[in-house]
Amino acid sequence: MEETAHEAVGLTFHPLDQFQLTPLFGTGGADYNPSFFALTNATLWMAISVLAIFLLFVLSTGSRSVIPGRAQSVAELIYSFIRKMVDDVAGHDAGRFFPLILTLFLFILFTNFFGLLPLSFTATSHIAVTALLGFGVFLFVTVLGFVLNGKKFLGLFWMTDAPLFLRPIIAVIELISYFVRPVSHSIRLAGNIMAGHTVIKVFAGFAQVAAISPLAVLGVAAIYGIEILVAGIQAYVFTILTCVYLKDALHPGH
Amino acid sequence: MEHDATAELTHGTAVPTEGPIPLLQPAYFDNLIFWAVVALVAIYFILSRMALPRIGSTLATREGTIASDLSAAEALRAQARDAQAAYDKAVAEARAESNRIAQATRDAIKADLDAALAQADAQIEARAAEGARAVAEIQSQAQGSVAEVARDTAREILRVLGGQVDETAVDRAVSARVGG
Repeated sequence: MEETAHEAVGLTFHPLDQFQLTPLFGTGGADYNPSFFALTNATLWMAISVLAIFLLFVLSTGSRSVIPGRAQSVAELIYSFIRKMVDDVAGHDAGRFFPLILTLFLFILFTNFFGLLPLSFTATSHIAVTALLGFGVFLFVTVLGFVLNGKKFLGLFWMTDAPLFLRPIIAVIELISYFVRPVSHSIRLAGNIMAGHTVIKVFAGFAQVAAISPLAVLGVAAIYGIEILVAGIQAYVFTILTCVYLKDALHPGH
Repeated sequence: MEHDATAELTHGTAVPTEGPIPLLQPAYFDNLIFWAVVALVAIYFILSRMALPRIGSTLATREGTIASDLSAAEALRAQARDAQAAYDKAVAEARAESNRIAQATRDAIKADLDAALAQADAQIEARAAEGARAVAEIQSQAQGSVAEVARDTAREILRVLGGQVDETAVDRAVSARVGG
């Protein structure tokens, strides 16, 4: 595909090709249109994430040792970290949603980290996936809010401690911000991951010029380091925001 | 739009990609969403059915173990403190006992010593008295001898001078002079 173009002239940039879906069996291309459940590179790398989560959280904890090994203590660290986050941010009665929130965190974290491997695929860079997560959280939290609190859930938008004439205005603003939540929630994650991966590829493209290639490789290494941070931070941010939204559904009064 | 930017960056090389950038490619959506849902459901079941109960019970067990270990350590420390107190008490008692024994021994020795000294003093006194008596005896004997010698000498002088020897007068005169 692009290899022919590469041979023709000096500089070629394909920073976005890494986001293409390719079939695991057979050939794809830019106009590849996978069927609903076709096995693609996205399938492969999400499966690797699931497998890694299984290994870390099920196999390493098999011994149930009181004194944990390395893998077990990592699993317990993540468990305690998210458990504490749920308790602190969403409240103690949010404990029953802990598995859901940990699922989100681990999916994003592992997908982000495996996406940093060369030649891998990052599902969280696609708005389709993050929108699924973002809108999924939004719908879940909204339905939960109405089921648990009924009409009182609307108190989230009606600030009773604000002056009366301001309340309708605040309500409109709150309503807009509430509906923007899933959009920002999903675009923040996809945008961060996509941008980082693209910048790495652009730097890598400059490495084709011998004169600036050392600088370009240094740039790739630096951005890669930042991306490792971003991978963890975005998973954290997505999860803690989910907890904040969950808190609104559980306790809309404040 | 983003695609155009990519095309410019390629400096004239033909870019075969058509349509929107891969990230917004609608043809991908159904496939990505399907597999993402599969992955999420799989992770959810792995966690909720297998991992979380296990980790939860492990953490609870550990907390219990740590708590019981801590209380055991606390009990042991109390024991150690008691043992230390008992030891200190025993040492103090032993020291007092040894002091008492030393004092008693010292007293006994002193009493023995005093008794021996008193006995020795008594013996010395007795000896001294005996000596004094002997001296007095010898003195009185000597006194007697002096009177006798004086009498004999006086008689002899009278005889040599040719006087009449009046025994009683001589005796009286000697006694008055010598006091024997």
